Amino acid sequence: MQHKEYKSINKSVRKKDSIQLLLGKPVYTEDMMPKDAVIVKLLRSPHANAIVKSIDTSKAKLVPGIVDVYTWEDVPKTRFSNAGQTAPEPSPHDRLIIDRHVRFVGDPVAIIAAEDEKAAKRAMKLIKVEYEVLEPVLDFRKAKDNPILVHPEDDWSVPSDWGAFVDRNIIASEDNTDGDLEGVMSDCDMVLEHTFHTKQYSQTPMETFRTYTELDRYGRLHVVSSTQIVFHVRRILSVALGIPKNRIRVEKPRIGGGFGAKQTAVSEVFPAFVTMKTGRPAYICFSREESQIAGSPRHEMDVTVRLGADNDGTIRALDVYTLSNTGAYGEHGPTTVGLSGHKSIPLYTGSLEAHRFAFDVVYTNTMAAGAYRGYGATQGIFAVESMVNMLAERLGMDPTLLREKNMLKEGMVMPAYFGETANACALDRCMSRCKDIFDWESKYPVRDMGNGKVRTAGVAMAMQGSCISNLDVGSATVKLNEDGTYNLIIGAADMGTGCDTILAQIVAECMDCSVDDVTVFGADTDASPYDSGSYASSTTYVTGGACVRACERLKKRICEIAADIKGCASEDIEFEGRGVRILDTGDFIPLTDIGIKSQLNNGIAPEDTVMHTSPVSPPPYMVGMVEIELDKLTGLVEVLNYSAVVDCGIAINPALARIQTEGGIVQGIGHTLMENVTFNEKGKLLESSLMQYRIPTRLDAGKLNVEFENSYEPTGPFGAKSIGEIVINTPAPAIAHAIYRATGTWFRELPITPEAVAMSIKQQ
Amino acid sequence: MEIGIKLNGRMLSDNIDADLLLIDWLRDKGCFSVKRGCETSNCGLCTVLMDGKPVLSCSMLAARASGHEIMTLEGLQEEASEFVGFLADQGTDQCGFCNPGFVMNTIALLRENPDPTDDEILSYLAGNLCRCSGYNGQLRGIRAFLDSRKK
Repeated sequence: MQHKEYKSINKSVRKKDSIQLLLGKPVYTEDMMPKDAVIVKLLRSPHANAIVKSIDTSKAKLVPGIVDVYTWEDVPKTRFSNAGQTAPEPSPHDRLIIDRHVRFVGDPVAIIAAEDEKAAKRAMKLIKVEYEVLEPVLDFRKAKDNPILVHPEDDWSVPSDWGAFVDRNIIASEDNTDGDLEGVMSDCDMVLEHTFHTKQYSQTPMETFRTYTELDRYGRLHVVSSTQIVFHVRRILSVALGIPKNRIRVEKPRIGGGFGAKQTAVSEVFPAFVTMKTGRPAYICFSREESQIAGSPRHEMDVTVRLGADNDGTIRALDVYTLSNTGAYGEHGPTTVGLSGHKSIPLYTGSLEAHRFAFDVVYTNTMAAGAYRGYGATQGIFAVESMVNMLAERLGMDPTLLREKNMLKEGMVMPAYFGETANACALDRCMSRCKDIFDWESKYPVRDMGNGKVRTAGVAMAMQGSCISNLDVGSATVKLNEDGTYNLIIGAADMGTGCDTILAQIVAECMDCSVDDVTVFGADTDASPYDSGSYASSTTYVTGGACVRACERLKKRICEIAADIKGCASEDIEFEGRGVRILDTGDFIPLTDIGIKSQLNNGIAPEDTVMHTSPVSPPPYMVGMVEIELDKLTGLVEVLNYSAVVDCGIAINPALARIQTEGGIVQGIGHTLMENVTFNEKGKLLESSLMQYRIPTRLDAGKLNVEFENSYEPTGPFGAKSIGEIVINTPAPAIAHAIYRATGTWFRELPITPEAVAMSIKQQ
Repeated sequence: MEIGIKLNGRMLSDNIDADLLLIDWLRDKGCFSVKRGCETSNCGLCTVLMDGKPVLSCSMLAARASGHEIMTLEGLQEEASEFVGFLADQGTDQCGFCNPGFVMNTIALLRENPDPTDDEILSYLAGNLCRCSGYNGQLRGIRAFLDSRKK
């Protein structure tokens, strides 16, 4: 379904920063930091739950090159949250910069500021800490109502309560039923129930957490950080350090990947604290190990699904209960869990008569989780989609036909998705197109290759949102220059996704100019209009919406300036792209004349700023199909082919939408088959390097085949919805399905390692 | 200790600590294309050419490079410019952080094997991790460049 032919929309233009990035120019945080910056390192706790009885830094401070060493005694006593979320935050204020009570292996115990890294490391070894070691809560299934409290302190608070009972280790809980759930369940021909477990997967952006700070020329704190959320970082630092927001400026240069990891202020507070203490520039670079053991990974979840269906394959009832592990601190804990139900149950709106969604989110003495692409939907979709595949196998029904019978279709109201209507939904077309391009009929059967290897296929559907409705805002400033080009100034953060370019395409289409004529700047809290930041798949949809409206208003202003020149009413002037037309006379005034006039004896600014928010969050949809080859001797699963068809509305930039999809699929393959997270009995995370935490290489990715089925979202800019997150959701259930077909075993815990597969075959 | 390294065509001598890593020496000399991504020689971000062969500069002492020629992406802009546009056309550069190491290793591959098969490309570049792109676009970009050369 193609709408009108555009000049810049739905075009695969190059990213504005492509060539700079490909030629290795110095555009990242570490490339820009002042050479005389103090190097900041953190001494981290070896215990999962302990009180610092005493800490002696005197010897460390004698090391040549040490600037200072700070402990819990030196930091402000106001608790804060590192979560990059709109205030009043749902995440509890449960952290101090350094707490005397350390709550996971890796919690900071001391901040070391040194002239160089070598001195910092020497000093770290000389800090003497005496701990009172407490018993930790490591198993999230035992956290609720455990006598050991992760946060026993009196000054714990939460700005926006989502059902917290901190004295029971619970930071959020909910229980909602729609329809006569038990009545429908008892009337079903069969009820299936299983629990699905996913772990604390790491986003593993190639650039680890990095920040430098300095005092600017006005003596204010200037923070340059690899972050998705400049404005939230400003607020977080203001609370944590106890300094006014107007004394802080936060900007981001290019970002070496985020995937949600940098929607939490993981690294910013430490150098900021050092700069405030010393007045000197300070820099922190998390090692890969630190990023793995003290980052902001995906929430570990147990998702229990009860599915009621009839023998003809009608899915009539879904009951989803999620137990989520937020770790030692509550960043994004109350909010991620919701998506495990809200973004999985609605996929079956077509036939559901009743549903329930309930959850508990608990503290444990493990690393604090955060935001990771998919944000709870990934976990919920693994569970619900696996359950639907189990139903198909149980009924002996083709799983694609089973879905076609039950799936959400355009125009339906989704009771499990805040009562929103699916105004743009091509899920049915995604399914039929994916079957075609994948060749489902010939790949789905189990084929013994005669060499101990088996080939077969699996399928899954997914949805996500396009923003956080009625909450987050996106903004854009568009201004005309005297040469007839435009500046677009945003507070959203391009973390490699290409949003600078995509938003420029939107402005170019609106102003009828070329994408090259739109210069993009972002993001800087001193210069950008306020924007919640780049997360929740929202930038194209929300900030893109702001761009469209800012352009509409700028056109009016340009006409007003032209009216001033001609001495006529601005209603008699029409914007025509490279200039304006006086309707009466047919005279044409080029933009350059208007730009120059705007700088001379003029009171009308040739610019406009628009803030935009949305009352709805239209879901994108997707179908993924995987062909695997499974080695029955070694248990090794190789992804041969992965086909995906995505409905993201109208793709503003199809090449970038395709790469988003391919990248998301490969991340999904990683956490399904390779990326493991295990702890020893003391709570120490074992996969602390890229040698142990194996993300996919190009030999693991398989052949990807991505296509789009357009719908047209009436509330989106030029019909666009989102793409960033949904793409990670189908691999886990699709691959688990294929592995069942090859082995006869359902795996309900990720990752499904070769060892697990080989052992299951041996046991048969 | 005293070292002498020919860096991007210029002879440099320096007095360094014996335990200084090559990556740190190179970044100190302004070669910011050399990126730090891990501590375990797994990611390929810090790939440079020593006497024309790709090496991981995070896993080599600067002292080991003494008496050798090191090329970083700063010194190979022209050679890289021949093909990086094809990667940009795919949108596969994404966050860009892995790009310099990947481009360096691609230069090494194409010098060694000017007309590689897809499998040869995948296996040569297997040590260059990328978390954004899913790799398929990188292959399409290199393939498009190779095809353009045949026209």
